[in-house]
Amino acid sequence: MASELRDTIPTFGSQGAQGDSGDVSLTNWSALTHMNFAKSGAEALVIALVAVLVIGGAELAVRAFDIKAYIFPKPSEIGKTLFTQFDLFWPHLKITVKELLTGFAIGASIGLLLAAVITQFPFVEKIITPYILLLVTTPMIALVPLLILKFGFGSTPRIIAVALASGPMVMINSATGFRRTDLAKIALARSYGASTFQIFTKVRFPLALPMIIVGLMVGSIFGLLTAVGAEMVGGKNGLGNQLAVYASLIKMSHFYAIILLLALMGVGIYVLFYWIGKKWASWQA
Amino acid sequence: MVHGVPVATDPTRQTQPTGNGRSPAGRTRPIAMAVEHATKYYKTQTGLVHALEDLSLEIAEGEFVCILGPSGCGKSTLLWAMSGLHDLTSGRILLNGTPVTGPRPEIGMIFQDANLLPWRNLEQNIRFPFEIKKLNPKPYEARIRALLDEVGLTGFEKKYPRELSGGMQQRASIVRCLSFDPSVILMDEPFGALDAFTRDEMNLLIQKIWMETGKTIIFVTHNVTEAIFLADRVVVLTPRPGRLAHIFPIDLPRPRTIEQTFTPDFIKIVLEIKNTIIHGAYTGPVAAEPGGGVGL
Repeated sequence: MASELRDTIPTFGSQGAQGDSGDVSLTNWSALTHMNFAKSGAEALVIALVAVLVIGGAELAVRAFDIKAYIFPKPSEIGKTLFTQFDLFWPHLKITVKELLTGFAIGASIGLLLAAVITQFPFVEKIITPYILLLVTTPMIALVPLLILKFGFGSTPRIIAVALASGPMVMINSATGFRRTDLAKIALARSYGASTFQIFTKVRFPLALPMIIVGLMVGSIFGLLTAVGAEMVGGKNGLGNQLAVYASLIKMSHFYAIILLLALMGVGIYVLFYWIGKKWASWQA
Repeated sequence: MVHGVPVATDPTRQTQPTGNGRSPAGRTRPIAMAVEHATKYYKTQTGLVHALEDLSLEIAEGEFVCILGPSGCGKSTLLWAMSGLHDLTSGRILLNGTPVTGPRPEIGMIFQDANLLPWRNLEQNIRFPFEIKKLNPKPYEARIRALLDEVGLTGFEKKYPRELSGGMQQRASIVRCLSFDPSVILMDEPFGALDAFTRDEMNLLIQKIWMETGKTIIFVTHNVTEAIFLADRVVVLTPRPGRLAHIFPIDLPRPRTIEQTFTPDFIKIVLEIKNTIIHGAYTGPVAAEPGGGVGL
């Protein structure tokens, strides 16, 4: 007999969903799915025009006020450096991406698994949640010096830091998703004789998916921040390390070229999950 | 079966379900479902909630029974117990002679607010029971197409629930339920959230489907007109805890029409049922108004 339904009075007056009202999480999903780029050609033109004005304005301001290159180089200079010196950045970019992907894969899978399991056991969830909150709120970069002592100056301490930063983010958002138990939907599946595993794969997981995607997005962006931060703390490679190197050499166009690269990575992550959300979670909007 | 709880004071109530010789269905056809002394308490944080009290009922094969009562009278509880989603505190449910201890493949359920899965399109929603039951939908495809056609949803297969109106969603959920050909259909206030016009339309559709397929339908509602319009028998429950107040056989000719709901005969039954709900027991026939006046 369906255990989760036993003491539930079947009065699904309003839509029946529990906890379906305004998601409690770090990010509001509707901000993602409700965003529409450029509805018309005119809109696209205005967006492009403003971008040109901002970048062109910066270029003009730097030239007009004769701002020194070590304070802020000309945008054209930054762009030129990024393209002509890309061979300099490429090996470090590869290292940062590898650290991010490895750390994120480890952290996200542990976080997702933990969220799926503990939300089934409310008491276990109560026990574990304070520690997860601790992990979420503590900046993981703070642990990097300690991790370097243990694991040396290679990629390992950074991968661990990325996993520690992204995992809890994925976990708390996914847990919010898994906690959204819509009893009417569960009753529907049960009425066809669904097993607990089927309830999970066919009802609970799809119901949680929008929040899981939000968690993955937030987690990966936190992972990127942590990877770069950890590289700045110590080590001899990676984009974060190169930032420190170019800053100390006052090679500002190189410095800003890396900043631009990191910004593009962040936007790339955002756009990736935006499209994943559009594809797999747009029913939520 | 029930100990320490006073049994309903009126002894005739116990015999009503079986002793109702007026029901054309109950007399001749075999019993599809039987509720025997159903009592249900819910454990809640504020204590026990007494939802059902010693309720017995028999439903014949192919019969259309409406369970009617005020909100919170335990009618949904009764239906959920019949579906095997809930267990009873005491008493039992029999389906084709065997006790119901969990969801049964012969039963199809239709819920409030359609209850479609919002992340699946209409076609995928209709395939949902087959996935759960691990049934190959291939042999049922022609049937599903015919059903979609009958309810007027052909061409909407790729639409998502949010793109459909409430009535269309509920029609889709009817197709989903009928797709795997259950012999008994349990409906839990399916049209409660729909506007009056859509509700009329849905009632006509359900009557048509019932007359064509001969399924046993048990239909929970708090709408008196809807209950009389659809049912062979209207089972009226008392407010919480739900007991059997009275069973009204409805002998109106079929197929029934919306116009029929405004006839004196029909309104007489409406008033009798409303009186029964107010007093918690049958208070006798209502005198028809002189001139057959429609007093509503």
